Amino acid sequence: MQMSGAQMVCEAIIAEGVTTVFGYPGGAIMHVYDEVYKQNGFEHILNRHEQASVHAADGYARATGEVGVAMVTSGPGFTNAVTGLATAYMDSIPIVVISGQVPSQLIGTDGFQEIDAVGISRPCTKHNFLVRSLEELPRLLKEAFYIARSGRPGPVLIDIPKDITVDIGEFVYPDTVNIPSYKPTYVGNKRQIEKAVEAIKKAKKPLLYIGGGVVLSNASDLVRELAKKTQIPAVETLMARGVLGAKNPLLLGMLGMHGNYASNMAMSETDLVISLGARFDDRVTGKLSEFAKYADIIHVDIDASNIGKIVDVDYPIVGDITEVVEAMMPQLDGIDTDRYEAWRSILKRYDELHPQSFVDSDEVIKPQWAIERIGELVGENAIITSDVGQHQMWAAQHFPFDRPRQWINSGGLGTMGFGFPAALGVKKAFPEKTVINITGDGSILMNMQELVTAAEYKIPVINMILNNHFLGMVRQWQTFFYEKRYAETDLSFQPNWKALAEACGGIGYDVTTKEEFDAAIKDAIAQDKVCFMNVIINRFEDVLPMVPSGGALFNMMLPQKVDKTKETK
Amino acid sequence: MKNSSNERRVISVIVLNESSVLARITALFAGRGYNIESLTVAPIPESDMSHITIATNGSAKVMEQITKQLHKLIPVYKVIEHEEMVEKEMVLAKFPIAEHLSDIGALCAAYNGGIVNVGREMIIAMVADEPQRIKHFIEASQRYNPSEIVRGGVVAIER
Ligand SMILES: Cc1ncc(C[n+]2csc(CCOP(=O)(O)OP(=O)(O)O)c2C)c(N)n1
Ligand SMILES: [Mg+2]
Repeated sequence: MQMSGAQMVCEAIIAEGVTTVFGYPGGAIMHVYDEVYKQNGFEHILNRHEQASVHAADGYARATGEVGVAMVTSGPGFTNAVTGLATAYMDSIPIVVISGQVPSQLIGTDGFQEIDAVGISRPCTKHNFLVRSLEELPRLLKEAFYIARSGRPGPVLIDIPKDITVDIGEFVYPDTVNIPSYKPTYVGNKRQIEKAVEAIKKAKKPLLYIGGGVVLSNASDLVRELAKKTQIPAVETLMARGVLGAKNPLLLGMLGMHGNYASNMAMSETDLVISLGARFDDRVTGKLSEFAKYADIIHVDIDASNIGKIVDVDYPIVGDITEVVEAMMPQLDGIDTDRYEAWRSILKRYDELHPQSFVDSDEVIKPQWAIERIGELVGENAIITSDVGQHQMWAAQHFPFDRPRQWINSGGLGTMGFGFPAALGVKKAFPEKTVINITGDGSILMNMQELVTAAEYKIPVINMILNNHFLGMVRQWQTFFYEKRYAETDLSFQPNWKALAEACGGIGYDVTTKEEFDAAIKDAIAQDKVCFMNVIINRFEDVLPMVPSGGALFNMMLPQKVDKTKETK
Repeated sequence: MKNSSNERRVISVIVLNESSVLARITALFAGRGYNIESLTVAPIPESDMSHITIATNGSAKVMEQITKQLHKLIPVYKVIEHEEMVEKEMVLAKFPIAEHLSDIGALCAAYNGGIVNVGREMIIAMVADEPQRIKHFIEASQRYNPSEIVRGGVVAIER
């Protein structure tokens, strides 16, 4: 069929089954927008900033497991999208970003709104393309989606010069992709898997170390079965919350800098780490020389470059978690689960000694209480997104996640401003769920213009601002490591949150008591409108336990069992 | 993960011919802090691929990362970390006409080369030899006052 390049872009999006596209128009991409106007195969949401468009596409991808799509114009439209690309890149999220570029003949001349998009995005995309001719456009569109979702997923940028969107040519969307240089490894090496299984059977203190790769591979059910069958205790990374489910008796909790005592001790004392889709991030390992010091390591990862990058691995297995765990399962038939009983009881004692805890208060709302309360009030029906800071860690520690893709946050890049636009993408994909962005008084302002988007398109997400009048996480480090010199972290000067939300077409709630909290949540769900819920919390609450940066995992600062609400600077 | 026990390595990278592939590779080295000692590129005859030869150095761990990271690039077809290989590098050198033509000719012959051009004001010589020997050639050539030396970078082939 004959059509313009712009139309090809829309046809490809429809063919890929994408139902919602997020974006922002401008000169170089106007032709594409003209076709967006004419089609009705997908809905387009006009965010109020390109960064938000990319985060929204990212949220959509994280919630569904499908590829999310964002569209931006050249120059500043593209540069605004870079943080979104980098965020998706660090967490291996499949998105395709389509950017307009100046006409081919202007490339290299410093034309109006020309910027080298493929050059800038090279280190923060899985792959990118500058389209050179109309003939290659259908193939490159197909490859972009394929590369984004296959192997270790990631963002792909496709930069299209304006003239190519105008030109008319033959469109046949390819059914298959053939890139001879790109063949991801899915099936793990049989021999290595056998050896790993033998190691599991011989271990006395094995530990499942579960990372975001399990979510990406949709392997959560399988990993739950693996845990059940072997009765091996497990820890989850920040990206894997929900994989085993909060009620799982084998789950010790989250490990790392803000991991709980039992998880971090388990990692310090284990004799066999079974790493599934985790990448030994420095926020997880703490001091490397002390990390899992007594353990052999099985490392299963679809990306060979993750294996042996940080720690030396005894049983490297390159492959998709689903494939590898499926291959392991029958070999584990009849495994002696009693073998690990002593280990399980040690860990149980650790958890009893220092459970994930906090001291509640009747005078002020504690953030941990607020999070546990949403768990009670909304629980299973909630999908939680978050920004970056203390609130993020409290959410990861205290929310009872019971399934994968229920917890959506920027783990690798740690992008403040991610939560609200990501929530829009989530809500578009799952309108029947209650989508709550757990955010901070700092982070929310980084994409607060999305109030307008949410109000216009009636995307009712709840922004729960855990308001400590601080850039709290930075403040916490200043308290501990900079002798309380609170350099540029005091956010005492605040907007009128309720008025701000209302000015943009949403609702606002000011919450200072537990009663108000419950009432606000119930009202926000009933009203079905975007809202800011300004929850005033204890200013100086710290995220604990904490492993100071570079310290060994077993050297944790633990919560004191006293009420610190009255503390001031 | 950088540590001190650096060793020199030559890596061949077979890539699909596409406009930005070289940029992807050099950006990878720059972005991850790997060294490039020399780099050569040329199309592979009768194919849509090119052969890039990179001489680099780093610890065994860094080398492993370099190969894996290269392999991750979408247009990279194959990465060969050479164990048994023949390595050669070509050098062009320019000498003033006042120098002894036959001495320079003899020197170049000792390094697999010879005089390739003699003009009114200068002598141009070419040699092609192992990188280590190329270093020696450059040292030895100093006594003939070369005005310019251009090294071609390492190319390698598996034995
Ligand atoms: C875009 C961006 N800028 C800066 C930071 C560094 N940073 C990490 S947490 C944080 C404070 C966040 O404050 P707030 O959103 O109020 O959350 P709180 O820690 O108070 O819960 C900052 C500034 C970041 N992660 N992202
Ligand atoms: Mg704050």
